[in-house]
Amino acid sequence: MLELIIQNVINALQWGSFYALIALGYTLVYGVLTLINFAHGDVFMVGAYIAFFVATFFLVSLGIPGWLVLALCVPLTMILTSMVGVTLERIAYRPLRKKGAHRLYVVITALMCGLILQHANLAIFGASRKAFPPLIQEHVYNVGGVSFTNLKIAVIVTAILVFLILHWIVTRTRVGMAMRAISYDKFAVPLMGIPLDQIIVITFVLGSGFAGLAGLLFAMSYPVLEPYMGALIGWKAFIAAVVGGIGDIRGAFLGGFLLGGIEILVVAFFPSTLRDLIAFTVLLVILTFKPTGFFGVAKTTKI
Amino acid sequence: MKKSLLLFVALVLFVLPAVSALAADTIKIGFNISLTGDIPKVGESSKFAAEMLKADINAAGGLEVGGKKYMLDFIYEDNESKAESAVTAMFKLIDRDQVLAVVGPNSSKQAVPAGQIANDNRTVMVSPWSTNPDATLERPWVFRAAFLDPFQGPVAVNFAVKTFNAKTAAVIYDLSNDYSKGLAEIFKQVFEEKMGARSVVAFESHGTRDQDFSAQLTTIINRKPDFIFVPNNYNQVALIVRQARQQGYTGEIMGSDAWGSAELMTLCGDVCKGLHFSTHYAAAGATGATKEFIDRYTATYGYTPDDVAALTWDATNVVLQGIQNTGKLTGRLRADRQAVLDGMKAITSFDGITGSMKFDEEGDPVKCAVVVQISQTGEFEFKESVCP
Repeated sequence: MLELIIQNVINALQWGSFYALIALGYTLVYGVLTLINFAHGDVFMVGAYIAFFVATFFLVSLGIPGWLVLALCVPLTMILTSMVGVTLERIAYRPLRKKGAHRLYVVITALMCGLILQHANLAIFGASRKAFPPLIQEHVYNVGGVSFTNLKIAVIVTAILVFLILHWIVTRTRVGMAMRAISYDKFAVPLMGIPLDQIIVITFVLGSGFAGLAGLLFAMSYPVLEPYMGALIGWKAFIAAVVGGIGDIRGAFLGGFLLGGIEILVVAFFPSTLRDLIAFTVLLVILTFKPTGFFGVAKTTKI
Repeated sequence: MKKSLLLFVALVLFVLPAVSALAADTIKIGFNISLTGDIPKVGESSKFAAEMLKADINAAGGLEVGGKKYMLDFIYEDNESKAESAVTAMFKLIDRDQVLAVVGPNSSKQAVPAGQIANDNRTVMVSPWSTNPDATLERPWVFRAAFLDPFQGPVAVNFAVKTFNAKTAAVIYDLSNDYSKGLAEIFKQVFEEKMGARSVVAFESHGTRDQDFSAQLTTIINRKPDFIFVPNNYNQVALIVRQARQQGYTGEIMGSDAWGSAELMTLCGDVCKGLHFSTHYAAAGATGATKEFIDRYTATYGYTPDDVAALTWDATNVVLQGIQNTGKLTGRLRADRQAVLDGMKAITSFDGITGSMKFDEEGDPVKCAVVVQISQTGEFEFKESVCP
């Protein structure tokens, strides 16, 4: 019984890591812009595809060993994916912001951008799935009846590291200070000489870059890629961010693991049919008692 | 002015009948298939097989019905692998495109709802691949080319008991897929009848878009079943088998005919090698007309046709046979559709490339199933044939 619980805790940590990584991107952008970037789940999908193309390119045409490919994939995927995020911001959100459009229109634009990414992918690469090539040799370790792989551990460690890095950036650096300032007052801050657009671009770089990293890790863990893979996990990660308190980095991190944990534990101890029903009922109850989420405050600086 | 009006009237009088006469010389058949969505490869296989058949017949001058040659026109409508889109596609084919008969949808998830539309609108529909009984149940206008899950379930049970010496089993299935759910339930019932109550030690479900099955597999592996039955679509199989191995499961895993896509091995790779599944035909080691079909398909499209391709070939041929049995097409759509239905019912036995079949009163074929093993080279090798 004990090993069953520990096994499920490992499962939950690994699955929650993906929610946490994606939720961090939602929360960063929301914290700075109060914009729910609904295209974020699809940026994650694009990240997985970019990782796929980078990895196959290096593996097949250059024939480099897998670990080196992985070492190259991580920065390349993050850079290319953050370019996608910045492009979205540049061509879709910024013009609206400059015209002073209401937030609602920007959110709907984000939803459309997500659909555009999905269907552009469908149109360009076709509907058949892509199989992500194995980059590292996976070892299955078995300790006292509990099985885990080196990849699972890597995913969990990465999620924690990303959280620590983002937390450090936001709370300890000048850029982070500027982000918090913009979140506090978007109109006064540019008057103090802080370049608003640059800081927003940096926010999108960070959010999309880590979505790309999540895409790469996801593709390695679940090596079947399809254009719609980002939609559902993106929505769920958004819910996780809201439960954690959207706009707060600790909230997104905690919310991601909370949702992953609830989903896995429900399946482990109840009929698996009830998973989403119970998982989201629990989240609904949490939100009923704490509408701003765990770390959210009704209206103040967010991030 | 007057002259041009006269010319126009002349055009209407002479050219239009000519156009409609031309239209009467073609037979339109609709294909309600999944070209995008969860199982795009299934739709692609169907389309390729149909294109091959159409090219054959049109090259020979068309299909002969009652001494008159008709050219074939196939209309492919994408159902996006969704139930609701399959219904829309069916309406489009029947009302807008005015097809004589419909082939597809393939998956039971789409064939069950779409069959209702075809039946209500009095148009013959033949599903190549659907195995869920509900697709044709109490629907005189709906037929299929595949065997049924109540037959496939026992095939899997008997094979597992005999080959793996299985006393206990676990099942993981897709809750939102009529096919997967139906087959899982039949399997559980048959297995428990044979091996005693509670011999199915775990019966776990998941959603269509799920990618992580670790919790379900932890439960399954903890109960130590002799084998795991996975009646899922090939895309989920790739993830489930892999994750089961990652959790340290080394035992047998067996699947059903939805595994048999050409894409299974690209997605699943080495971990699926050596596993078994029940299906409609085995490409490796085929003979006669089946081999000829496989060779031509491979030469044209570059990969071995999966069972959907073979079944679409058979299903379309059954429809064409039904059309030929009408003896004569009148050009009046309602009457012709009725005639095609009568023609379909007149088929006593049909020799297809997936085996010979005859239709029972529900429109279901009585035919054999095979169990194949995935070889080390990724081919589906014939293991055993089971007939009703």
